[in-house]
Amino acid sequence: MIEAINLTKRFGNLTAVDGISFQVDEGEVFGLLGPNGAGKTTTVRMLCCLISKSGGEARIAGYEVGKDPDSLEIRRLIGLVPDNVGLYDDLSAYDNLDFYGKLYECTEEKRKANIQRLLTMLGLWEKKDVLVGTFSKGMKQKLAIARALVHDPKVLFMDEPTANLDPESSKTVRDFILDLKKEKRTIFLNTHNLDEAQRICDRIGILNIKLVAVGTPQDLERSLSGRKTVITLKEASKEVLAALKQLPLEDITVDGNTLTIGVSNPEEQNAAIMEAIVKAGGQVISVNITSSSLEDVYLKLVRRTDS
Amino acid sequence: MKLSKSWVIAAKDFRTFRKKRNVISSLIVVPLIVAILIPLVISFAGHRNGQNGIPATELLTLLPAFAFFYVMIAAYIPTPIASYTIIGEKVEKSLEPLLATPTTDGEILLGKGIAAFLPSLAAVLGGSALFMAVMDLVTRSKIGYYYFPNWNTAAVMFLLAPLAILFSVELNVIVSSRVSDVRTSQQLGALTVLPFAALYVSGELNLVDLGSLSNLLIIAGVLLVVDILLFFVSRATFRREEILTKWK
Repeated sequence: MIEAINLTKRFGNLTAVDGISFQVDEGEVFGLLGPNGAGKTTTVRMLCCLISKSGGEARIAGYEVGKDPDSLEIRRLIGLVPDNVGLYDDLSAYDNLDFYGKLYECTEEKRKANIQRLLTMLGLWEKKDVLVGTFSKGMKQKLAIARALVHDPKVLFMDEPTANLDPESSKTVRDFILDLKKEKRTIFLNTHNLDEAQRICDRIGILNIKLVAVGTPQDLERSLSGRKTVITLKEASKEVLAALKQLPLEDITVDGNTLTIGVSNPEEQNAAIMEAIVKAGGQVISVNITSSSLEDVYLKLVRRTDS
Repeated sequence: MKLSKSWVIAAKDFRTFRKKRNVISSLIVVPLIVAILIPLVISFAGHRNGQNGIPATELLTLLPAFAFFYVMIAAYIPTPIASYTIIGEKVEKSLEPLLATPTTDGEILLGKGIAAFLPSLAAVLGGSALFMAVMDLVTRSKIGYYYFPNWNTAAVMFLLAPLAILFSVELNVIVSSRVSDVRTSQQLGALTVLPFAALYVSGELNLVDLGSLSNLLIIAGVLLVVDILLFFVSRATFRREEILTKWK
């Protein structure tokens, strides 16, 4: 549904996005994770045909980004929740949505039905005639999401939809995105909230001007640090540690009687570890396999590209 | 380019303006004051030392120039509203979602233009109708007939005034695309009145005969050409990328 090949954006001498390539399938929720200034908003603006690209190619539903007649088609089939909600404070919630419905040339019947459905889903139907200027940040954010969906777009771009929201509003917005995911809509989500990305996204791209990694949250967790086997022994004796050092293991840290062993393939390596411990006279109390968190991966990748 | 989309944008702006007291008052106050003040001045002037007011012959040279005053008003009046249509979107940060819709730059600009043009035209025509009615009441006894309406004022009100409004709207769109706050935009936009003020002064100094229909039509022709050129300039000035990346 969304395809970017070597997509680049330069503002004068400054490269904001540097040759990124990725693909988002229909019905997939793709998250773009990155620090401030990483190029997330610029990427979304290029894909939404709001700003030109300096190089590379991008396509949405087969339409080419940056090509004039295609740009209008792209804008017809996408919805955008920008980082600034940009609602009209002097209009009511209903009138804000109705205005956009008209610009997308939805029929009156479709507009009415969609506005009622969306405002009801987001808990704003009772406030439909209230001026948006009186809304809280959370309500405005929900309304901005409704606005992006008023014409039933195939692809939804969301630029930090939960930024600056209180925890309750963030949860409402996240739950709504999960509902949209069930509807098999293609969603492109910009965020720097790792927890949000992990909970919502099927795949994540980590962006820091360049795209440094793409994969499922689980793949990313495994990709860099691998996994760890945590073994609690009755006693971490010198004999046990000496026996483990004979094995081709990545690293071993000892904390009291707990050993944390870096393993690339725990399913195969753990049997040899257990055998070595038992042969050295060790008594195993518990064994756990853990992965490094997405946060570890993200920080490691971002710091690596920063340096 | 779809006119229906421009109309949707204009209709939205009309609804927004209705709640902006400063925009509404700027539309009403100036034409109203001029419509009442000038006839009052004419009515009370020239009564000192037992004189019987302004003589009829002088009135007949003054009245066409006063009618031209409404062209100046036409050039001034769209400034607050035209500045607001673009800068207002800038301030509310609502341009990004608007630009993300399948709407072309031409449709957006035309919508903004209609939103500024129609209320201004209504205000100028309403104000000038009142001015002509009051002026007729004040001057009929002197000149023996109702001076207004006539072909000259028809040319002024239905040709020159709309073209002057269009001129002002387009210049204001250009200015609004370049500055970032409403006040600066309005101050620069108000300068659109200068060429018309120069014409008015030329009329008062008898350098240009503003009572001549053919002169008014020539001025209208020149203004039409300028308006067409300004339309292309305003379209070229309205650059999406700059709006999104440079407007703060």
